[in-house]
Amino acid sequence: MAVTEVPKIITSRFADPEGHTLARYEATGGYEGLKAALAKKPAAVIEEVKSASLLGRGGAGFPAGVKWGFCPPGVFPRYLVVNGDESEPGTYKDRLLMERDPHQLIEGALIACYAVGCSQAFLYVRGEMAFAQERIAQALNDAYAAGYVGKDILGTDFSVDIVLHWGAGAYIVGEETALIESLEGNRGMPRLKPPFFPAAKGLYLQPTIVNNVETLANLPWIARNGGAAFAALGAENSKGTRMFAVSGHVRNPGVFEVEFGVTTFRDLLYAPVYGGGIRNGNELKAFIPGGASAPWLYPEHLDVPLEAATVGKLGTMLGSGAIVVFDETTDMVKACLRLVRFFARESCGKCTPCREGTSWLEKILERIVDGHGRPEDLDLLLDVCDNISVGMNWPPKQTTICPLGQSATTPVASAIMRFQNEFEAYIGAPSEITVEVKGPAFVGPVVAREQVTADA
Amino acid sequence: MARLSPDNLTHALEIVGRYPMAKSAMIPLLHLAQEQDGYVTDDAMEHIAELVGTTPAQVLGTCSFYEMFKREPVGTYLVNICTNISCQIMGGEELLHHAEQKLGVKAGGTTPDGTFTLEDVECIAACTEAPCLQVNYRYRHKITIDEFDALVDDLRGGKLAAQIPPHGTLAKVRQHIPADRAAGTADPAGVPEPVWLAKNAEGAER
Repeated sequence: MAVTEVPKIITSRFADPEGHTLARYEATGGYEGLKAALAKKPAAVIEEVKSASLLGRGGAGFPAGVKWGFCPPGVFPRYLVVNGDESEPGTYKDRLLMERDPHQLIEGALIACYAVGCSQAFLYVRGEMAFAQERIAQALNDAYAAGYVGKDILGTDFSVDIVLHWGAGAYIVGEETALIESLEGNRGMPRLKPPFFPAAKGLYLQPTIVNNVETLANLPWIARNGGAAFAALGAENSKGTRMFAVSGHVRNPGVFEVEFGVTTFRDLLYAPVYGGGIRNGNELKAFIPGGASAPWLYPEHLDVPLEAATVGKLGTMLGSGAIVVFDETTDMVKACLRLVRFFARESCGKCTPCREGTSWLEKILERIVDGHGRPEDLDLLLDVCDNISVGMNWPPKQTTICPLGQSATTPVASAIMRFQNEFEAYIGAPSEITVEVKGPAFVGPVVAREQVTADA
Repeated sequence: MARLSPDNLTHALEIVGRYPMAKSAMIPLLHLAQEQDGYVTDDAMEHIAELVGTTPAQVLGTCSFYEMFKREPVGTYLVNICTNISCQIMGGEELLHHAEQKLGVKAGGTTPDGTFTLEDVECIAACTEAPCLQVNYRYRHKITIDEFDALVDDLRGGKLAAQIPPHGTLAKVRQHIPADRAAGTADPAGVPEPVWLAKNAEGAER
């Protein structure tokens, strides 16, 4: 076990029932990072964030400082859009950051606006999160009154409005170009990249930085303590700390801020301070390492560190920091159906492979669960997957504008490649698989088939 | 039914004024209409089109894309039970089935007295607290069958009216940008390089 003692960078006020108030925030180092940033040139703030090697915490894991540098020089205005549309199944961290420490997020957004030169910021909170909206509205009202947001911030010539915006229920809007469409008042359908890379042509076709809530929440600490102090934590490219939500069949489900790159899946699932082990002393069957879109991992992967590149090499991802744990009693066919149904419901309908493919996957899986499956259905499922995500490679080959469709294939390929006999138990006959699945996580070590049983 | 009331119109104009392009206010204004009437009426959509400078068809296009907007009346209390993966494996589907029995409607249905609408929803970001639900977007974590029954009884008995407003009302705290503190909207066609960036550019004197 390598449960390391590290400072709480983004969850330090979570235990404080008044941590969301401006008074408590100021009393615990709040807005000191902004002051430190304003004492420097914007370019120096960007360098500080680059030296922290802060990877984006939304899912794609792109370095934040580098992303900021993609704005074309001389094109203004620039906008900052905060992505608080957390809705990847299994993911529960941004809502906590917004509810329990809204000023930390506001301060992070201000630092980003100062560094990049954004003239206005929009904080897009998921529609269903009424309490987070209330906490942020109150925090913004207080921050405006105290001179932290708006005109001539803290007596300087740095001026920016932060506008609270809220959505209305659509998973796809978490995709950055769909989020921009939504913020322009449209249906949340993704835009083609190129040309619509947000940093070049984003909101109102102007340069726009879209950053995840957790990413920005790290900035006050980095501004106060320096990028080097942040980069001293973690390993390889995964620096600092990161929040992981551990849900499902562990004794102690929870959201934990742990040292990134060093802590292992075993630590997170079994250490008494984290997941506390599998419930009822059961055996671990599989786990999703990074939200519904991520290919699954298995007990033999427990000692892998939570390090982005290492997990990437296994053919999956840490995604949005969402770990869903399945014990031996889990019906993997039903779990697979539920995940696929999610993607089918949330497909925006713009691209044919996703719109058609996800709903066919759902129908075929439903038929299997209802007891009307056919032996050739497993090959058919994988064939549909292959048409949405060619070869089911990792990272997926793009056949659509955004990755939603490819995401729907990962639970199908994961479940069939590992738990083929559970599907066969539903179908009542053996099946033959001819479609080639290339992603390493899908073709990893296979459990002997008699070891796995279908539990209804 | 109804265009926005004078009070809501004042609030709507304040919201529109925060955006460089009025159409960006579309979703917040649809929420405001839903708060006023419990659902989004055709008249409200026409009014919103006028306010953001677009057509009613465009407003309907946006409105119909998003799960939360209802275009016909729903119950006073919208009960959304999550059955996505973390909740599914912790009893979310059983909870939904129980709720269907208790309320006497299938998911998607409204009780005859108009008190409850039941929905089977996707992940609502409370995965470590499974199974979970929301009533008018207010969370209930790790909810048991007995707790669900008590919740329904409390809602019927009006005991939670202070905590849970009728369907349509989201945040009860609203952002207000005081005029003397506002930096102003950034018109995409008319804002130069920000002063703090220009004067700190490479070679400039600090």
